[in-house]
Amino acid sequence: MRKFALVSVPYFWLLILFLVPFLIVLKISLSDTALAIPPYTPTLDLAEGWAGIKAFFAGLDFENFTFLTEDPLYWKAYFSSLQIATISTTLALLVGFPIAYGMAQAPDEWRTTLMMLVILPFWTSFLIRVYAWIGILSTEGFLNQFLIWIGVIDTPLIIMNTKIAVYIGIVYTYLPFMILPIYAALEKLDNSLLEAAEDLGCTRTRAFWLLTVPLSRPGIIAGCFLVFIPALGEFVIPSLLGGSETLMIGKILWEEFFNNRDWPVASAVAVVLLAILIIPIILFQRNEQKQREAGK
Amino acid sequence: MTMKLLTTVAALALATAATAEEVRVYNWSDYIDEALLTKFEADTGIKLIYDVFDSNEVLETKLLAGGSGYDIVVPTGSFLQRQIQAGAFQKLDKSKLSNIGNVWDVVSSRTDKYDPGNEYSINYMWGTTGLGVNLAKVKEALGEDAPIDSLALIFDPKNAEKLAACGIHMLDAPDEVIPAALKFLGEDPDSSDAAVIEKVEPLLMGVRPFIQKFNSSEYINALANGDICVAFGWSGDILQARDRAAEANNGVEIAYNAPSEGALMWFDQMAIPVDAPNAEAAHKFLDFILNAENMAAASNYVYYANGNKASQEFLAEDVIGDPAIYPSEKALENLYTKSPYDTKLQRTVTRLWTKVKSGT
Repeated sequence: MRKFALVSVPYFWLLILFLVPFLIVLKISLSDTALAIPPYTPTLDLAEGWAGIKAFFAGLDFENFTFLTEDPLYWKAYFSSLQIATISTTLALLVGFPIAYGMAQAPDEWRTTLMMLVILPFWTSFLIRVYAWIGILSTEGFLNQFLIWIGVIDTPLIIMNTKIAVYIGIVYTYLPFMILPIYAALEKLDNSLLEAAEDLGCTRTRAFWLLTVPLSRPGIIAGCFLVFIPALGEFVIPSLLGGSETLMIGKILWEEFFNNRDWPVASAVAVVLLAILIIPIILFQRNEQKQREAGK
Repeated sequence: MTMKLLTTVAALALATAATAEEVRVYNWSDYIDEALLTKFEADTGIKLIYDVFDSNEVLETKLLAGGSGYDIVVPTGSFLQRQIQAGAFQKLDKSKLSNIGNVWDVVSSRTDKYDPGNEYSINYMWGTTGLGVNLAKVKEALGEDAPIDSLALIFDPKNAEKLAACGIHMLDAPDEVIPAALKFLGEDPDSSDAAVIEKVEPLLMGVRPFIQKFNSSEYINALANGDICVAFGWSGDILQARDRAAEANNGVEIAYNAPSEGALMWFDQMAIPVDAPNAEAAHKFLDFILNAENMAAASNYVYYANGNKASQEFLAEDVIGDPAIYPSEKALENLYTKSPYDTKLQRTVTRLWTKVKSGT
């Protein structure tokens, strides 16, 4: 009984914070838009009893999902978001891994300080940090002024309002989420394994690729998920740093919701986005589990 | 101990709920003299919570979601009209508005189109949508006779291409840009015919590569700092940019012109949501705004014209005397207004706008 109670806590959490909101969104995605408060129909009218419930279900259909397939805008936006998220995750890994590695190699007494330094940016608001990048990257910004001053360039670089600015913003914002899990994995790494490898004639570089990288794999995977998932649905960074050409699904969602006042289509976009994320993750975890079982 | 703490907390919570009367106002960003907010609190003893937005769409979504918690909101006329139809507002109790006699018939006769009989709203500010230019940079790019008062400045690709390097910003508001584009093409800017509206697509697609950003609030700073040279935006915002540049003394000279082809005239209306928590205090706030001196102070600060006849004697000379803010009788004839799009047309418009912005 006690065990059951313990297990039920996370499931209850999942039910309240994931399943219920998801079902609400799913329901709206099957509705039709209306000029009213709230701006969709049907709404469930329990006062009408059974007839009300029947009318409610009769009013639901998959029209909005069909609509998404009719306009190339949507799949282009999904694709472009996947692309931006993939590139940003790769960049974050390339930057984050060496930092995490350096931290794990540092003397024990430094580690707490280094860890603090990674977390420190979180003490200021995310929005302010993204705004700060506008000051750095804009045409008249610090970066351009500095580069012109030291004579590297003559005309300012156009970075602001381009995809490059979006990559910089995403990598910067989510870097700690990449560093921390990799660091956690590397920190646990048993140094005697590396010593043994060297004793057996393995070069340092080879030992790094044969031991360190595979053993930090869970950290790398966790870090990549933590960066990729929020990057895919990112809205704030592309709208502040990106230009008009940066097509991302988060922006499309915003437009459906705010400009068209079409909550049903916006919900359909969100449901598809969730499917795009959840299905590969489930498949991936299944695969991981199989491998682990096979390894035993 | 815990019990005592709990009772203290509960008592405190009750005390604040009972004594502090609050009114929550949701207005456009950069749109009031903040001294007025303190003055309202001092005059009435009501705590004022002031919050800002920069697009009608955000406001509308909050209103239609219900329970926005605001007592006063400030939608633009065409949005107000649709929100009235959705049942988002309550009728004003004019017996509580002692200053209602101050309204200017020139404005109220026009806002009547959106709010028949002006039953739900009072005019806060009105203005035109037009061209803000950095004079030196535009002349450098296009020569001395640059068409700074014509829509050709941004809608003619030959001009836009030359201005692209120094930067063009455009409002991220299809319901303001599309009418202007229609006007440029010689069509009816208030058209509700999808076939007519779609005519602007090739025009906008032709100039979109030269537009740096579609945004409805960043251009004030961008113009004032000299980061961009042209903005298609709201009159008062551009005049604020002009003044910020003058104050910063950074050598940037900004000018505003309503397009000679005709300019959109819009009205921002104050209204009380149907579920406002404190409609009583909301009426007090409206009456405060309707006061001639207060309204004049707001206009003097934000460089927008208002719908308050009595306030005009308190307006600064560079406000009432500036034809960019208070156009002459003749110039008023060259202004047009716009009705809201219905749901189906709105989708066409948004889709067109997405295509223009993203190229997809």
